[in-house]
Amino acid sequence: MMRWGGGLALAAALLGLAGCGAAAGDGVTLRFWAMGREGEVVQELVRDFERENPGVRVRVQQIPWSAAHEKLLTAFVGDATPDIAQMGNTWMAEFAALGALEPLGPWLARSSVADTSYFAGIWDTNLIDGQLLGVPWYVDTRVIFYRRDLFARAGYDRMPDTWDRWREALVAVKRRAGSSGYALFLPPNEYEPLLVFGLGAGSTFLGDGGTRGAFSEPPFRRAFDFYAGLYRDSLSPPLRNNEIANIYQEFARGYFAAYITGPWNLGEFASRLPDSLQNSWATAPMPGPDGPATGASLAGGASLVVFRGSRHKEEAWRLVEFLSRPDQQLRFYRLTGDLPARREAWRDTALTGDPRIRAFGEQLTRTVSTPKVPEWELIANRLRDYAERVVRGGEPADSTLAELDRDVSRLLEKRRWLLARARPGAAR
Amino acid sequence: MIGVGVRGQAVAGWVFVAPALTLILVFFFVPVTAGLVLSLSDFDIYAIASPATARFVGLRNFAAVLSDPVFWTALRNTMFFVLVGGPLTVAVSLAAALLVNSRLARAPAFFRSLYFVPVVTTLVAMAVVWRYLYHPRYGLLNHVLGLVGLGPVDWLGDPHLAMPAIVLLSVWKKFGYNMLILLAGLRTIPEELYEAATLDGAGWWASFRHVTLPNLAPTFLFVCVMTMIEQFQLFAEPYVMTQGGPLKSTTSVVLLMYEEGFRWWRMGHAAAIAFVLFVIMLGATIVQLKLQKERAT
Repeated sequence: MMRWGGGLALAAALLGLAGCGAAAGDGVTLRFWAMGREGEVVQELVRDFERENPGVRVRVQQIPWSAAHEKLLTAFVGDATPDIAQMGNTWMAEFAALGALEPLGPWLARSSVADTSYFAGIWDTNLIDGQLLGVPWYVDTRVIFYRRDLFARAGYDRMPDTWDRWREALVAVKRRAGSSGYALFLPPNEYEPLLVFGLGAGSTFLGDGGTRGAFSEPPFRRAFDFYAGLYRDSLSPPLRNNEIANIYQEFARGYFAAYITGPWNLGEFASRLPDSLQNSWATAPMPGPDGPATGASLAGGASLVVFRGSRHKEEAWRLVEFLSRPDQQLRFYRLTGDLPARREAWRDTALTGDPRIRAFGEQLTRTVSTPKVPEWELIANRLRDYAERVVRGGEPADSTLAELDRDVSRLLEKRRWLLARARPGAAR
Repeated sequence: MIGVGVRGQAVAGWVFVAPALTLILVFFFVPVTAGLVLSLSDFDIYAIASPATARFVGLRNFAAVLSDPVFWTALRNTMFFVLVGGPLTVAVSLAAALLVNSRLARAPAFFRSLYFVPVVTTLVAMAVVWRYLYHPRYGLLNHVLGLVGLGPVDWLGDPHLAMPAIVLLSVWKKFGYNMLILLAGLRTIPEELYEAATLDGAGWWASFRHVTLPNLAPTFLFVCVMTMIEQFQLFAEPYVMTQGGPLKSTTSVVLLMYEEGFRWWRMGHAAAIAFVLFVIMLGATIVQLKLQKERAT
């Protein structure tokens, strides 16, 4: 036993030595997992990093988004996590619960990256229980894409910034469209717009530290009534996005005049809408229930994380710093169209010169994180199913939301139990 | 060999079956027992981080599965796949086997291989091709429909058509395997029986009905049972083609189990689904064997 232990310690020491030697000189290979289009493009960026950091090589592995979550989890279970990875910021809580991520607070303290250079709502998604676990790489939020010509014809030259007046505008657009068109496309199989309304109304979705559902409480109720009213008054068709053959065609046809969606559609709208329409569409930040300041939206996007199991955290952090530099953020934006997380990058004319992107810039100052619990994605999926029962199935909102709360509280039973156990003296 | 006792023979017997028994024990009984234990626990994402947080929950997972409407949707989809896709696969296999076995067939070896190609092709590569065939705008199927004046159909996007589209793909993929087995069965039927039938004045249908089918029965039963079990395990086709959508219309029980287990990491819940499916499949197999036996006596 002793001899084995000694042998292991020796081996570990040797490995450690080898590691140190490698870090100082030649041959550190960082394993970097990035998803989809970002994984493709970042290969170009890391070449510059390698030039600036002789002796560090970065091996980028590109993972399709559809498989990324599973792959990261199985890598954790199989003890094969990379050194650094791109991670959707809604997954952060889950990987925090696993203890898979390196807390970045100490690294941040002695670094050029500062939390104040980021949009507050986005930065907050990376803080789990007060611990910083990632640095935002690019951001993603939802705003209104709309047909300026159709709203102008209905008497609205600007998109209103309160719910009441926005609703009036939608009613006016619908009145002009008649029975063959709608004011807004709000597919009930996307839960994001409903979350956006909820954030605006100040709902936290979950109550008591993320241990039970709060969907039947007044803030969410207010948002839900507004949401359901859009269908009830035929301002929006109750159609899922797979029931509309081609949303770009329908938008061009004027079947609907507005759509709540994200930055990836800036490029899609520009390339898929006919040339004649290119001057007639615009974007606007979300209106709020109590004035523009309450017009919140989702704090989405992806962060860069360093894994706890990495043996090259020093180099991995250097790569995080490199990719967070405003010039690299801008370059990344030009290559992908992903909006920069770093506010300095937003001073560039590439972003300030385009009013459609400016709407995103404005919205990003009003983003709020969704609950940071590992069960959130499952809960959001349940919310979508229950909401659809109201808007498509005609079930009453009261009992359906109460049932949703019961269902969600069941899903969170384990979390309650864990928290009670962790609280000293409580689990008796 | 009178010297070798019964005991010695028994030992030799055990030695011979030992490798197979060991394999079954390690790769079947151990995982199944582990699965059963899992299904009685609330093993989840928290338990992966710290196994001590897994708790014994009795039959709660089973109660949750049986009261989940999505499970019943998945079961309905799976039953459609079993009851429509299964017989269709067997029928197409039998037809192909009869064709290839026919005395009139030219180059039977060539067609035998050709029909077997889909079986050995990887499903993912095939799914890519079939997705093109089914494509609402550029697909071959819609192109053909367009030639006869029928409008474009969104095969994989329409909740009512997605499952039939998956059935079609699966029949094409699987019939070759069953065909080979049925072909082997057909070859064992003595030629004299057909000659006798012909002398008795039997036509094609009569000799098929009274000579081929009864003699093929054991093989046919094997093919039916195996196909049914395979149909119950529907997973890869919807996973690569539709991811269970649209509107969960192609979510199968196994796909649901996979999602619960590896998307949401609710392992206890997923294991319970696996056992419910196991009981259903066991029941269906017993019923099928009973029916067949009754007909035989």
